[in-house]
Amino acid sequence: MKNLFGLLLSLVLGAFIILALNNTAAFPAFGEVDLADRVSEQYFTDGNVAEVGSANIVTAIVVGYRGFDTLGEVTVLFISALGVAIIFGEKKQERLDLKFKPNFMLRVGSRVLFGMILITSIYIIFHGHLTPGGGFPGGAIIASAVLLLYLTDDRFRSNVKGFKILEGIAGSLFVVIGLLGLVLVTSFLQNFLPAGTVGDLLSAGIIPIIYVLIGLKVGSEISGIVDNFLTEEESA
Amino acid sequence: MIQYAAIILFVFGLYGLFTNRNVIKMIVSLNVMEVGLNIFIISIGFTYDGIAPILSSTTANGLLYVDPLPQALVLTAIVIGVGTTALGLAIAKSIHKTYNTFDLDEMGDKE
Repeated sequence: MKNLFGLLLSLVLGAFIILALNNTAAFPAFGEVDLADRVSEQYFTDGNVAEVGSANIVTAIVVGYRGFDTLGEVTVLFISALGVAIIFGEKKQERLDLKFKPNFMLRVGSRVLFGMILITSIYIIFHGHLTPGGGFPGGAIIASAVLLLYLTDDRFRSNVKGFKILEGIAGSLFVVIGLLGLVLVTSFLQNFLPAGTVGDLLSAGIIPIIYVLIGLKVGSEISGIVDNFLTEEESA
Repeated sequence: MIQYAAIILFVFGLYGLFTNRNVIKMIVSLNVMEVGLNIFIISIGFTYDGIAPILSSTTANGLLYVDPLPQALVLTAIVIGVGTTALGLAIAKSIHKTYNTFDLDEMGDKE
């Protein structure tokens, strides 16, 4: 009975959403968007592109135009990582045992793969303003490399304290760069470096610097969450 | 068309949230809902024959790009989703440690 009620409620809500998809100027039909009607049009104008200097417009929005929003987003991720750490307790922890004994090949092979995954993540982070990718996916890839070592080596335990220090430094530097924009130019997180040529590796002013910091911060935060989930309090 | 798929995913997640009493299944339902919403927001910016919003020297001016703003917003939403999922799973783990069950109906007797 309760399931039927839930089903009915969900179906009615879905029907309402589908009925609301009318083809108006405010909400055009799928695939018939006219960018000229939208805010996004101005991101592609020559003056704005030359001022920001990022070839990837999504990165220009995330770190450039909406940089303050991204600072809040990183803060939310930091608070949730802090919450996970608090829930699991601050007592002395030891890692969970694997259900099998990893042999030599598995341990060495996973370490070789660890290096390759780390290089891929560094590439993705540094090219965030040129290609799809950036700090958030790159940080998630760093955390996946750490998770690989946890799953293939029964003695591995990442340097949690080092990750916390790295995360704190990266977050503080993000704010410091924002304040530099406030002092040197006019507003918080404003670009104070030359924008350079669109498409060069060293272009777009502070966007690559901030994205590297975001990558380090996200990578260390998610690695900390992985470590929290794969450890438990000492039974002694 | 993909908008309907996104709405169906969202409704599935909502139904799962209504009917499940298992904490892990509720978190999975929440994630299904979130994926549906993200696909829907991305679909708002889609244009037929539009290309990815990345400038390069081989593309001339006047090309049709898809709307980059929904993609940037979804990037934010995905990261927040990771944070909430991690926090929810941590709470689920501590619930299991206290009550030895994930089911909301079976807990409450112990103190």
